[in-house]
Formats: sequence, C-alpha cells, structure tokens
Amino acid sequence: MTEPRKLTMVQAINLALMQEMERDDDVLVLGEDIGVDGGVFRVTDGLLAKFGEQRVIDTPLAEGAIVGMAIGMAIYGLKPVPEIQFSGFSFQAFHQIENHAARYRARTRGRYHIQMVVRMPYGGGVRALEHHSESEEAYYAHTPGLKIVIPSSPRSARALLVSAIRDPDTVIFFEPKALYHAVKEDVPVAEEAWPIGKARVAREGKDLTLIAYGAMLHRCLEVAERVHAEDGAEVEVVDLLSISPMDTETIAASARKTGRVVVAHEAQRSFGVGAEVVARVVETAFLQLEAPVRRVTAFDIVYPGFARERGWLPGPDRVLRAVRETLAF
Amino acid sequence: MPRTRLDVPSVEHLSIVDEEGRVDESLEPPIPHEDLRRLYRTFLLARRFDERMLRLQRQGRIGTFGPIRGHEAAVLGSVYALRATDWMVPYYREWPAYMWRGWPLDNLILYYAGYAEGMRVPDGVRDLPLCIPIASQIPHAVGLASASRYKGEDSVTMVYFGDGASSHGDCQEAMNFAGVFQAPLVFFCLNNQWAISLPRAKQTHARTLAQKAIAYGFPGIQVDGNDLLACYVATREAVDRARRGEGPTLIEALTYRLSLHTTADDPTKYRDEAEVKEWEAREPFPRFRRYLEAKGILDAAGEAALEAEIDTEIRSAVERAEARMQANLVDGFEHVYAEPTQELRAQREELLRELAVTGEAAHG
Repeated sequence: MTEPRKLTMVQAINLALMQEMERDDDVLVLGEDIGVDGGVFRVTDGLLAKFGEQRVIDTPLAEGAIVGMAIGMAIYGLKPVPEIQFSGFSFQAFHQIENHAARYRARTRGRYHIQMVVRMPYGGGVRALEHHSESEEAYYAHTPGLKIVIPSSPRSARALLVSAIRDPDTVIFFEPKALYHAVKEDVPVAEEAWPIGKARVAREGKDLTLIAYGAMLHRCLEVAERVHAEDGAEVEVVDLLSISPMDTETIAASARKTGRVVVAHEAQRSFGVGAEVVARVVETAFLQLEAPVRRVTAFDIVYPGFARERGWLPGPDRVLRAVRETLAF
Repeated sequence: MPRTRLDVPSVEHLSIVDEEGRVDESLEPPIPHEDLRRLYRTFLLARRFDERMLRLQRQGRIGTFGPIRGHEAAVLGSVYALRATDWMVPYYREWPAYMWRGWPLDNLILYYAGYAEGMRVPDGVRDLPLCIPIASQIPHAVGLASASRYKGEDSVTMVYFGDGASSHGDCQEAMNFAGVFQAPLVFFCLNNQWAISLPRAKQTHARTLAQKAIAYGFPGIQVDGNDLLACYVATREAVDRARRGEGPTLIEALTYRLSLHTTADDPTKYRDEAEVKEWEAREPFPRFRRYLEAKGILDAAGEAALEAEIDTEIRSAVERAEARMQANLVDGFEHVYAEPTQELRAQREELLRELAVTGEAAHG
C-alpha cells in the first residue's frame, strides 16, 4: 500500500488527520457532529472509532466555545484541530481567533503559543442556503498572527493540512467545499508536507498571469486552456495555496515575466485578497506592467441565494472576458 | 400525569467570619498560622500596590488602571486553595493572585505603563495573562482543564470573571461545555455589584448568579466575598471535587467594587455614595485583620515593620519597571509568529531604516 491512491479532497483531508493523530498523541479534533456522525461532510469519518472520544470530541453547539476551548488546550501544549461546520458560522468564534489565537504568542512574549488549525469548509457551488456559500478569507487574512491556507486539490489539501497541524502558529484552513468530491487525484500514501507560504505555478505561460486559489483555480485553468486553443496565447496560472503569508516572490516573478495580471476569487471584491495581490504586483512589477491589473470577483452584494449563485460567483466566462481584455489592452 | 415539582438542586450561601471579625468556629478551616501571615502580607501588599498604582496613574507614569480595592479577600481566599501545578485564569482584577503565585511586581507596572512584555507569564507559573475582552478567557479554562485530564494530570483549573461577564455568551457556553465534559474546573465569579455603570440587578433578573450552575448540571454556591475564610472553604471544596473527577463548580463571591472601574471612570455619575459607604463598612481588610488579631497572629509593632517592608518592595518594583521601559518596537516583530514571515522581515527593515533617521525616542 505504498502506491499513491486516487482520493477525493474529503478522503485526502481525512488521511492527513488520521496520520497526524497516529503520529502525535497531542493532536486531537473537536467540533459539532464530528465524532459519531463523522462531520456533515464526512471529513472526520472513522476518527472516533480509531482514537476514541478523548481525542475526537463531539461538542455542544457553540463555535466560540469550540475555538476558545481549543485555545486553552493549545496553551496547555496540545495541538487541537477544531472544525467549524461552515465558514459562515465562524464569526461566532471570530473574537476568540482575533482576540486570542492570533495574539497569544505576542502578548506573552512567546511563553504561550496557539498551535491550532481551525478547519472550515468555505465557498460556493453546493446550492446551499445563505451562510453556507460565502468566502470569508479576507476577514482572517487581515489579522497579524494568523496563517490562512486554502488548498485547491486533494493532494494539496493533504500536504498542506499536515504542515498546518505541525505549524507552531494558528492556521485557518479553508476547505473549498465545491471541490470536496469534485475531483480525484493521486495522493501519496507516504507522508507529504508542503511548505506554508509558497504558491505554486499550476500552468506555465508567457503572455498573462492569472492568480487564483481554492475552487477558482480550476475555472482559471479551464480558461487558460481555452485561451491557448482559441487565441493562441499562453496564460500562466498561479495557485496561491497560502493567502497569508502570501508568496510575493512567485507573484512578482510571474508578473514581471508576463506584464499582464488578472486575479480571481469567489469572495466579494472590495478590500479583498485580490486587492492585496494587486498592491503587491504594483509594488514589485510596476515597470514591467503592460496593462491595468484586473480583479474578477463576486459582486459586493449580500449572498443572493443559490438560485442566483451562478451569476454572483465569477464563472469561467467572466474570467475569460477579463483575460481577453487584459491581453488586448 | 399530574403536575409534580422537579427536584432541582438549590444554592447555598456561606459566611464564616462576620463584619466584626467574629468567627463561626464550626466552619472555621484549619489554616496554618504561617499561611495566614503570608495571606495577610499579600493582602496588605495588594492594597498598598493598588493605592500606589492609582497615584502613578494620576502622575502620568502609567496608563489606564483598574483598581481592585475590595476584591482582595475573594481573590486570595480562592487562590490559596490552588496548588502551584493548578492553572489560574484571571480576568483583569486578579493580580493579587499573581502576587501569591510569584509574579514580579514590576511586570504589572510595566503592563499598565503600556509595555506588552509585562504580561510575559513567568516560566513555570501556570497562569494566563490578564484578559481585557470580557468573558473571553472563560472557554480557555475549559480547554486547560480538559487538556490536563487528557494528559492524566490531576491539576485543576480556576477561572475568574465578574458579574458583567456572567451575561456573556462565552461564560454561559463555557459553563455548559464544562458541565457536559465534567471538566476539573472552578468558575469563580467576583460579583462586585457593578459592571462599569450597570448594577447587578440590571445584569440579570436571576436572584443569584450562583444558580446559573444549576442549569448546567453542577453545583453553585454563593459566598461572602469579603470573608477570606469563606472564599477559601468554598474554593477548597470545589477544587477537591474537581480533583476527584466530580466536575466543575460555580462560586459566586459577593463583594463590592469600592473604587473606580478604571481611572477613566467617574462612578459618581451612576452610583449612590451612600451605597459605597455601606459596603465600606463591610470591606474585607479590617475583618481579616481583626480575625488575625483575635488569634494573636498580628501585633502593632509587627504591622509597622511590615508596612515599611512593603513600601520598599513597591518602591523598588517601580524603579525596576521604569528601568525596563524601553521604546524598542523592533522587538514586536519577534513574537507575531514562531518565525517572522518574509513580509514581516521587510516591514522590520522599514522600521529600522526609519529609526536610523528619527532615533528610538520617536517611538516612545
């Protein structure tokens, strides 16, 4: 069983949790419906049977206390991995994350630190009710002391979650729920850990840089293939993987090479991750830029309900239009 | 089926030493005289430190400060029941517990003078730093208690909060979690009757705060918070129960905020001075002193020497703290993450370039 296995993202995350809990007794998981039920998305399936209720803790329904309790465990020296059932409910725990998880190391000058991974499914595409489809990464990325990681595939989810669990700082781990079952990928059974803070060039190109993460990455790769086939242009696609710290070097190198940049995400536009990417591109590649840097995002409106979600989320057509306009500028 | 009355537990009230210092001998705990002397010394130190900190604030030598006058007996009586290996989770008026558990006084002065490093918990001391956002520390105590049990330790966690915090979701959520998990935890509520300008009667319509424990399935007890012995006995029982694996307890200590909420507050706007006078008469310091005098533990000559010793201790702590007040903002980059990120390293360089031009003093 050392051959890579084709896994969904749910299975890959489960593999990471299983292996890290086997490796280190201090790792434990807690949250709503994560034990007996295995989580509403089945990410923690089988953990209770294997590790018991001391390490796989079904909690009462209160996000603030789940994260607050996990913070206390981390102060003690454990490595908790709390699950928030949907990222839309994470605001109930936001004060614990901002007031405490992010600050504890600094406030105590290193006497205590919060080694904790807060996992949460995020993003659209599953035809769910309001508060189940939004993208909250920017709220967290604005906070010093936190790391924000967003995988884009089963393999990256596994390799980054392993690193997040071993990371001595608090990591907010956003899982693009639209990808939970959408794709299968070879995932090595043997341990694999990718560094947090490194972006990945998912497709090489010389004419334009398309920057994305999470589920948007796949729409962007689709667009890049279409532009190649229909326009003969080569789009480089950068998969951020880590929102904070952000890999400015990889962004800058690509932007300097192509001179044209489009950034795409599911979250609404204003004050978002795209704005941060644009700022870094302008700070590092201004003289090489051939066109204004474009953002392709959701509109700045309240989630309109899943019947209208396809118009709200930026789909491939909207990305394609921005890419073509930027190439033609 | 007819209507029946459910057998829900009730709430006890405990008082051992009355306002005149008379003790109910049937309830009096056997505390060694040496410990009583040490408790008295810490009480006096806390009282004098509180007074000095107010003066330092008025002189502009420290920033906003929340005095604790009136809380000392509740804090010291309860913390005395803990072992060094137990965890102590304060809100922000429990620094007499820090004194008891071995913190250097200069850390506190430094913190209130605006230097974050004052909250560097000393190595080996199982305390959390002060917590400003009300009630948000309470869930941490559930985590500490659960973690110590998971690791097979017999340590207990005690968390302090006020009457205001009892209204907060974090407090109620934490009590619910602690009940469900039967965490080895003591909830110690310092009901000082006022949350800034809001009186206790407007904080909750419940007759006691202690009864909130009943809803979560564990015992709640109300004690005279100005009676150090009652606070100790109730806490001792709760700590022992937690250590035996019998779950959490809520203790409501009835006391009074004799001073300001903070130095930025003017209580005459919302509080009747007659009420303050009434509580002054019940305040914990003379009561504890009378109790010790009656036991022959204190004498006038010893008292003067102790006052002089404490004065010197505080004076030298202020000197040490003021010597530590360095502008060095650069240090702040070291503890955001275990390793500074590339972005932080770049920003630190930016600051160093700025300092090369303006000098450190510009940041003080």
